[in-house]
Amino acid sequence: MSAPPTGGEQLTGVFIGIEVDQTVADDAALAGRLAEVCPVDIFAADGEAGALRIVEENLDECVLCELCLDAAPDGAVVIKKLYDGSELRRG
Amino acid sequence: MSILLSEEFTFIVQGITGREAVNLTRECLDYGSRVVGGVTPGRKGREVHGVPVFDTVQQVADAVGYVPNGSVVTVPPAFTKDAVFEAIEAGIELIVIVTERIPRRDVAEMVELAGMRGARIIGPNCLGLIVPEVCKMGGIGGPAKDAAKAYAPGAIGVMSRSGGMTTEISSTLTAAGLGQSTAVSIGGDAIIGSTYAELMPLFEADEQTEAIVIYTEPGGRMEAQLAEWVKDNRSRLPIVAFMAGRFMDSEEMKGMSFGHAGTIVEGAEDTATEKIARLEGAGIPVVERIDEIPDAVKEKIGVTA
Amino acid sequence: MRFYEYESRRIVERAGIPVTRYGFCTTAEAAREVAAEIGGPVVIKSQVLTGGRMKAGGVKFADTPEEAAEHAAAILDLAINGHAPRGVLVDPKAEVAQEYYASVIWDGTVKRPMMLFSDMGGIDIEEVAASHPDHVGRGHLSNLLPVSDFHAKQVIARTGVTGSELTRATPILARLARLMRDCDMTLAEINPLARLDDGSFVALDAHMEMENEAKPRQKELLEELGIEAQDTREPYEPSDFERNVKAIDAADHRGVIQGKDHGFSGNLGLVIGAGGGSLTLTDAVRSQGGKPANYTEIGGNPSVAKACGLAKEVLRKDGVEKIAVMMSIVSNTRVDIVARGVIKACLELGRDPAETIAVFRIPGAWEEEGEKILRRYGVEYCDRSVSMWDAAGRAVAKIQEGT
Ligand code: SF4
Repeated sequence: MSAPPTGGEQLTGVFIGIEVDQTVADDAALAGRLAEVCPVDIFAADGEAGALRIVEENLDECVLCELCLDAAPDGAVVIKKLYDGSELRRG
Repeated sequence: MSILLSEEFTFIVQGITGREAVNLTRECLDYGSRVVGGVTPGRKGREVHGVPVFDTVQQVADAVGYVPNGSVVTVPPAFTKDAVFEAIEAGIELIVIVTERIPRRDVAEMVELAGMRGARIIGPNCLGLIVPEVCKMGGIGGPAKDAAKAYAPGAIGVMSRSGGMTTEISSTLTAAGLGQSTAVSIGGDAIIGSTYAELMPLFEADEQTEAIVIYTEPGGRMEAQLAEWVKDNRSRLPIVAFMAGRFMDSEEMKGMSFGHAGTIVEGAEDTATEKIARLEGAGIPVVERIDEIPDAVKEKIGVTA
Repeated sequence: MRFYEYESRRIVERAGIPVTRYGFCTTAEAAREVAAEIGGPVVIKSQVLTGGRMKAGGVKFADTPEEAAEHAAAILDLAINGHAPRGVLVDPKAEVAQEYYASVIWDGTVKRPMMLFSDMGGIDIEEVAASHPDHVGRGHLSNLLPVSDFHAKQVIARTGVTGSELTRATPILARLARLMRDCDMTLAEINPLARLDDGSFVALDAHMEMENEAKPRQKELLEELGIEAQDTREPYEPSDFERNVKAIDAADHRGVIQGKDHGFSGNLGLVIGAGGGSLTLTDAVRSQGGKPANYTEIGGNPSVAKACGLAKEVLRKDGVEKIAVMMSIVSNTRVDIVARGVIKACLELGRDPAETIAVFRIPGAWEEEGEKILRRYGVEYCDRSVSMWDAAGRAVAKIQEGT
């Protein structure tokens, strides 16, 4: 069971949307890990105090590899396929 | 049976730690191929999908206790010749060169050395070869599940100058109930290790193979060589050809090269029109559409659709 | 890559093959000076990368430096087959006793370099080979052993040439063979190779072509000749479309895209791949009455941005009404990524994907996902059950309906 993310960051491209739980977004170590695993640079750890930033112009490059889902706590990162309304999430 | 590969066939990957090579290794293992080692100088001791990495080909042979049958070479063009020489001198007998953009002189040197040592080269600029449900050597057909969708065991030998079209043609044959004995992506360059005519004797000797399908393009004399081979050897195998790039014969396209490096038309004999005439002169029908291939094959081998 | 005659001459000269004392000039004044220095009758030759100079008036003889300057001015202004000359070559008019032909080329079937020699030079070698086969000598070289003079001697002797002619021509052909290999030429030709009245041999014209793939390792030679990296010597000037596609490809390392539109002028934009698939699909469109606006190759799994950039360039071309997105079965390139790219291109240009994309036929990796994306935008997805021929046919039918 995971609570719906509140107050987190949510950005959408044309095909892909990403939702990140606030607690994750502020965790510099985790932000760094996400930035490292994503093959298409959707995450950057260059926000305030190393906080997570979603790189909007790269959103549609998401290759649905789910590496970010594995790197974050269950439910903290959600990938939305805007073209069919489905979601990729853990937990 | 099949040509070149078998259940017991073992091979290595040279340049195994490169991005494409890592994928290729995974795909081959998933398909059931026996990848027994990899080589990347300076990376000894690592593993790629469980395959041990060594510094030299000789080290792989020492570690496994025998010389592997083959090697897939996927190193940058400037280093390919050295890698292939290393494989040949270590006693490897079948070398698939994936690398593109290798100067002709280097390719010619590799092929000549291979000839002296009794080794065979497939490629360069190719995706390798596959014996359906037995062994896949190279990126041909992609991930194992995709390869399984396109390739099925059967009686047709496929040879193609285009890697992607090897799969398209095989998939078309499979859908029509015609499986493949072996499908070979022979490479798209002007000089390649094994031409159609050079592979024909192997198919000829393979009991499973009943017909051959080839994919050809403008450029080079490989088709003329095949036509001659067929005439001289009274081959038992009917051949069906598909010729792409007919549009390159038009006046506006003169001197241009499309698709593969080898499509450059260097003489009047290299054009699509000329090649079609030569192939048909040798009794090889040249179809205009990929989807006409299965019927043309069935007609040749006497199977009614 | 093809070299100009003045460069080719420099290449044979540095390989130790004698040439006449020529001068390369880009102005009429310079041509006058060279002619004066030579001090006798000269030949003025247009420096263009195309054949048929003689017929087009690109080669003229002059007896005085003034005449040389006049001819040079005219030739410098004369485009041949659409090619503006790079300059002129001013060459002494040699007293030729006999003309020969010498070349070294690749024999792709035997996979070795082949030497060719004829004692009937100055004319087209294919003609000589057809009409006087006994006057053409041929011989293959090993790729691994060094070129020895006897190889050249055998080839020349096959034409019946003997005596001092044979001994003098032998080192020239051998040097030509070494240079062909050392400099990665696909063609190294001297025609005519002339024997002068005093019995010596000189190269009067040379034609060299280097393999593009070898250019990186021949940097030194190219620099010595003053050839810049951007001087690619395409047989024609690249169009805006071709330049833009190249720039999009270079901007991102993921995947490889190529685009050509030289010789195409239709209304159906092609967003197609890969090497063999593109050839097959272009034929299929043309054979069914379609008029391609361009040619493309998509390969190696490009990013969404790259596929989008390519599709946009195709859509922006004059006269393009719809695009056909087609490939042979893909295993590396992903169907969904290409689908996103082409749809994004339509949206960014304010066009309805369902209207703009005449057909989308790419079977293979991630096809289920690709189909979902296309369905969302009302674009029909064709899988492997639709042949390449039929997919091309559908695109042609759709564009013909619309007009
Ligand atoms: S699924 Fe993969 S590509 Fe997409 S955001 Fe996560 S890590 Fe990046």
